Amino acid sequence: MSIQSNVEVRTEWGIVSARQAGRSLAKKIGFESVDQSRITTAISELARNIYLYAGIGEIIMEPVEQEATPSSPYRRGIRIIARDKGPGIHNIREVMEDGFTTSGGLGAGLPGVKRLMDEFEIESTVGEGTEVRVIKWLR
Amino acid sequence: MQSSIVQMIESQKKEIVDRWQKEMESVSKEFGVDTLNMREHRDWNDDFIVVIFESIDADDGNLKGRFRQFVENLIQHGWSLGYFTKGLQIFRRILLDIMTTGETNLSKNMYDTFSEIENWTDCLTNQIVDEYSGNWENTFQLQQTALKELSAPVIPIFEHICVVPLIGTIDTERAQLIVDNLLEKVIEYRSHVVLIDITGVPVVDTMVAHHIIQSAEAVRLAGAECILVGIRPEIAQTTVNLGIDLNKIHTKSSLQKGIQTALKLTHKEIIDIKK
Ligand SMILES: Nc1ncnc2c1ncn2[C@@H]1O[C@H](COP(=O)(O)OP(=O)(O)OP(=O)(O)O)[C@@H](O)[C@H]1O
Ligand SMILES: [Mg+2]
Repeated sequence: MSIQSNVEVRTEWGIVSARQAGRSLAKKIGFESVDQSRITTAISELARNIYLYAGIGEIIMEPVEQEATPSSPYRRGIRIIARDKGPGIHNIREVMEDGFTTSGGLGAGLPGVKRLMDEFEIESTVGEGTEVRVIKWLR
Repeated sequence: MQSSIVQMIESQKKEIVDRWQKEMESVSKEFGVDTLNMREHRDWNDDFIVVIFESIDADDGNLKGRFRQFVENLIQHGWSLGYFTKGLQIFRRILLDIMTTGETNLSKNMYDTFSEIENWTDCLTNQIVDEYSGNWENTFQLQQTALKELSAPVIPIFEHICVVPLIGTIDTERAQLIVDNLLEKVIEYRSHVVLIDITGVPVVDTMVAHHIIQSAEAVRLAGAECILVGIRPEIAQTTVNLGIDLNKIHTKSSLQKGIQTALKLTHKEIIDIKK
């Protein structure tokens, strides 16, 4: 499967399009409805963070595969990358705490995404931008 | 573009800009800019003329992006399409005028003819642009109003009991509208219990959850009780993963159960009438 989709986020419509693209890809890969909802919500959080804090950015969604290793069997899933060239994040540990927010939100977005997905990586450089990469494996 | 034209524009840049700025002031007035925000408007014009000059270098790959940004900015500030077309028409006229001054009679004559035709067709273009964009704006406003009315419906179903059925995507504007409208209607209908039904909301992310919590809080401050119903199983799971505790709000699995609770809270009862 090589059905990557790439959605630009610069308005709230971008958030909605990214969500729709994510849901349809998750469905195609074979996720059931609870995981579809988790994936869609994670995309919504990442896209909204781009819209709120960076202004412009993109969400890339693609199927992933991992060959069998001694410790885990062959598996498939979905990878989501949220990338922006916004202000970046000063203290990553801080933003990963439940309840930390600079915008009067719930501060549940990033820690929530980490719990919604199976793998979570965040990289950010102040003044250069932020990239969040997450994976959900098919069970 | 011919390099002689580019050269001429470069060498006369100051005059072009001055004349254009001056003429644009009357365009601004036409679009309802009063002297108060005339200054802000001058800033816009400054940006406008800069992007026009930038566009001379058509090979610049970033140009489209910069132009789009400029246009989008103006759209967001509610500028009409007519402002752009007029601005460009004036720019063209000034260029041609400067180019043909001091030229031979022949080309001056040609310019006059050309300019007369241009004035005539520009007027038509402008009228068409105004009609079209007026039409768009009207349709858009009608749809906005319709959407707003549909966005946050508060339906009184029994004395002191209201239902708020939310259907479809919720963006920040709609979320705020729901909070505001809900409070207003709760007071207007003297509700004691409000049932918010989210069966039709496809995604409940932190933003939506935050606004639901705020609504419930606002309703409580207004002296009523809020019950959240229609939380689908996958939404319940997802919000738990997000770390949001919707149970801080009174919840019921279905609208029916919610109505039963609401009736109890308002000391009402529905009974079967036996024959
Ligand atoms: N892409 C980003 N660029 C810059 N800063 C970011 C980005 N994403 C998140 N942040 C920072 O991290 C903080 C925490 O983000 P998180 O999504 O967890 O919570 P929130 O957006 O503040 O609230 P919520 O998502 O619950 O509505 C934000 O308040 C913001 O300061
Ligand atoms: Mg967030």
